[in-house]
Amino acid sequence: MNIKGNEARCTSCHAGYGWKDDSFDFSDETKIDCLVCHEQTGTYKKFPSGAGHPVSEPKKFSGKEMFYPPDWNRVAQSVGRPQIENCGICHFYGGGGDGVKHGDLDSSLFHASRDLDVHMSPEGGGFTCTRCHTTKAHFIAGRCYKKPAFTERKSLIDDDMVERIACVSCHTETPHEPGSKRNDHTDKVACQSCHIPEFARQNPTKMYWDWSTAGRMNENGKPLVKKGDLGKAVYHGKKGSFRWENNVVPEYFWFNGTMEYKLLTDTVDPSESVKLNKIMGSRDDPRSRIYPFKVHRGLMPYDLENKTMLSPKLFGKEKEAYWKSYDWNMALEAGMEAHGLDFSGEYTFVETEYHFPSTHMVAPGEDALQCLDCHADQGRLAKLTGFYLPGRDKNKVLDAIGWLAVFGSLAGVAVHGLMRKVLAKKRG
Amino acid sequence: MEKNECIYLYTRFERFWHWAQALLVLILILTGLEIHGTYSLLGFETAFSVHNFCAWTWLVLYVFILFWMAITEEWKQYIPTFQKLFAVMWYYVYGIFKGDPHPVPKTARVKHNPLQRLTYLGIVSFLVPFQLITGYLYYYYNAWPQLGWDWALRPVALLHTAGGFAMLVFLIVHVYMTTTGHSLSAHIKSMFTGWEEVEDTAGHEWEVKS
Ligand code: HEC
Ligand code: HEC
Ligand code: HEC
Ligand code: HEC
Ligand code: HEC
Repeated sequence: MNIKGNEARCTSCHAGYGWKDDSFDFSDETKIDCLVCHEQTGTYKKFPSGAGHPVSEPKKFSGKEMFYPPDWNRVAQSVGRPQIENCGICHFYGGGGDGVKHGDLDSSLFHASRDLDVHMSPEGGGFTCTRCHTTKAHFIAGRCYKKPAFTERKSLIDDDMVERIACVSCHTETPHEPGSKRNDHTDKVACQSCHIPEFARQNPTKMYWDWSTAGRMNENGKPLVKKGDLGKAVYHGKKGSFRWENNVVPEYFWFNGTMEYKLLTDTVDPSESVKLNKIMGSRDDPRSRIYPFKVHRGLMPYDLENKTMLSPKLFGKEKEAYWKSYDWNMALEAGMEAHGLDFSGEYTFVETEYHFPSTHMVAPGEDALQCLDCHADQGRLAKLTGFYLPGRDKNKVLDAIGWLAVFGSLAGVAVHGLMRKVLAKKRG
Repeated sequence: MEKNECIYLYTRFERFWHWAQALLVLILILTGLEIHGTYSLLGFETAFSVHNFCAWTWLVLYVFILFWMAITEEWKQYIPTFQKLFAVMWYYVYGIFKGDPHPVPKTARVKHNPLQRLTYLGIVSFLVPFQLITGYLYYYYNAWPQLGWDWALRPVALLHTAGGFAMLVFLIVHVYMTTTGHSLSAHIKSMFTGWEEVEDTAGHEWEVKS
């Protein structure tokens, strides 16, 4: 899925205040809405499909929620340092709903307990997002595309001057008591791996999204909606079937802070699950760490002839829009056309994976992973091979010889002893 | 066994280091196997810390033992000899069942028979240093890059595991051998008291004269 062709909807988060048509210049600063981040009344709300504009008179979205025009005076006077709410309105609802995209950024962080997030909880650090995401001329420090998570180790003092922040900026690389084995791990295991034992610890997060089943209607001809036991839709006629999960154990990969993204022009091999973003890094790369991820799996449209992923037009008043006529052929044709790309007309749905690094929802120290979570046969790192992990890795031949020698000698001395006893008795 | 005599074989320090090593080896094997993933007893972290603590203790003790051997000339008890070695071996595989006397009874100056000499020499000069070296390489794994070593942990860990198994095999046979004295507990007792009951205190012709 993609912004192109769906701009009026997506630009309510993705910078694009006043999108009208393809001539919109996304790099023009005057088109970035300052108030989303900087107003503090909590009343400034954009109309979901209003191309990044709030409403000018009261208007209903989807016939349910009312959207009121902002009280411009109050909003403008409240401009201040961004709070969690300012950032959360976009970041907690990425992908069209709470917890859809990130498993570590959802609305439970608005009022987090210390157990959920030691930093952002008022009982904990009471941080706002910007306490860590320091900005320098509005380049909010974060994970950057094709730029390492942190190129250089840096000290606290450096940190006040650079735009990039990492756990070690505040805690150092040896945050545990001197002599603790944990301090030896920080060159290979990211802090997050141990300190985010599970994500979506309060609100559920979407783990699976199958677009292929979309399009079913209820008796009123409206998209069918089915709720699951976590209070979330497990089926929606517009979007297909979903699976939501709570307390999800992350998957772990070597990660150097960069990702490679599949483009619509890339040919892909659907014989195995298509990785929409590929995590870069390896055990041999000194900048890589073992990092926890939410792996969002799903089924997405794929062009059988061009061997590329497809991007449909979902939103719009035109009949090509999928959410208008529920016709994949038309929607895919229109969607690809918006990108200036070819659609062969032959499509199917293939399995995809998208990887979200987990960095938020840091749990208190006592909930962090214990040695056995990793150092065991079926531990969390069972799938990461290519290095020796004590407690998990063994040489089968060596172990077999070792135990044979041990039990052999036990049996040997037992027989020897028994013979001594029996023969001594015989001798009288 | 008519004219049994008691001789003072093991000095206080010798007995101390023997039992201290016994305890250390036992704990090291138990915690080592737990770190290896064989079972869960103390918990990985405790096993790991105890293992390291014992390793340090052993290193210090080992240095003291070597020092003691050097100054007391006890190292001479470990000079290998092949004389009567096969007689001793033959005794343990055959003679012992017939109730034959030990071919090399202990004396004050010769505590160890040729088989013991060879075994203990192997343990003290090869197996223990091997375990200490592979163990400390393992322990200082995180310093390897600073030392410019581009090694993998696996071979070191596997060698250390192999040494651990060897130690366990030695322990089993060694403990069993203590039951081969004139009573089942005689050797063990002498390791506590220092006094061993022997039949004959005359010297041996194969002794290495000092
Ligand atoms: C108007 C909606 C919106 C608001 C409000 C918003 N963001 Fe964003 N933010 C986005 C979008 C969309 C992206 C993705 C940009 C991209 O892909 O290029 C993003 C990207 C980021 C990134 C980089 C993520 C990455 O993947 O590299 C960080 C960090 C970030 N935002 C932090 C914040 C913080 C902190 C705040 C509050 C001060 C905030 N954002 C407010 C929409 C928003
Ligand atoms: C305790 C510090 C901290 C706080 C508080 C924090 N973040 Fe982050 N955030 C990080 C770190 C560290 C990264 C990873 C940066 C990197 O890899 O360079 C990150 C990454 C991100 C990313 C990139 C995508 C990802 O998941 O890696 C986004 C988006 C983001 N943060 C948004 C937010 C928002 C929104 C808030 C407030 C609700 C917030 N952050 C609060 C530390 C923090
Ligand atoms: C801006 C500085 C800053 C950054 C960046 C930061 N922390 Fe913290 N961290 C703190 C402070 C301050 C506290 C104490 C919070 C409180 O009062 O409970 C804390 C608390 C913690 C605790 C709880 C300790 C306890 O007593 O249980 C953990 C665990 C932790 N941080 C891990 C992390 C991890 C992992 C990251 C990276 C994702 C990180 N921190 C990033 C400042 C920071
Ligand atoms: C191998 C897993 C592991 C890794 C990696 C790890 N931690 Fe921890 N951390 C723990 C555990 C378990 C505890 C709780 C026990 C303790 O205090 O030692 C803890 C405790 C803490 C505490 C609280 C310390 C205190 O004195 O109360 C902080 C802060 C912390 N970690 C930060 C970090 C940061 C920052 C990193 C990355 C540089 C990191 N940790 C990497 C497992 C880990
Ligand atoms: C998040 C998973 C994780 C946890 C939790 C963890 N480890 Fe590790 N540990 C690793 C990884 C990965 C390596 C391999 C590092 C390498 O090869 O460089 C490792 C290596 C080791 C090693 C061998 C290399 C060395 O650094 O000496 C020891 C010993 C060790 N860990 C002990 C512990 C202990 C003790 C604990 C609990 C306090 C613990 N680990 C917790 C992941 C973990």
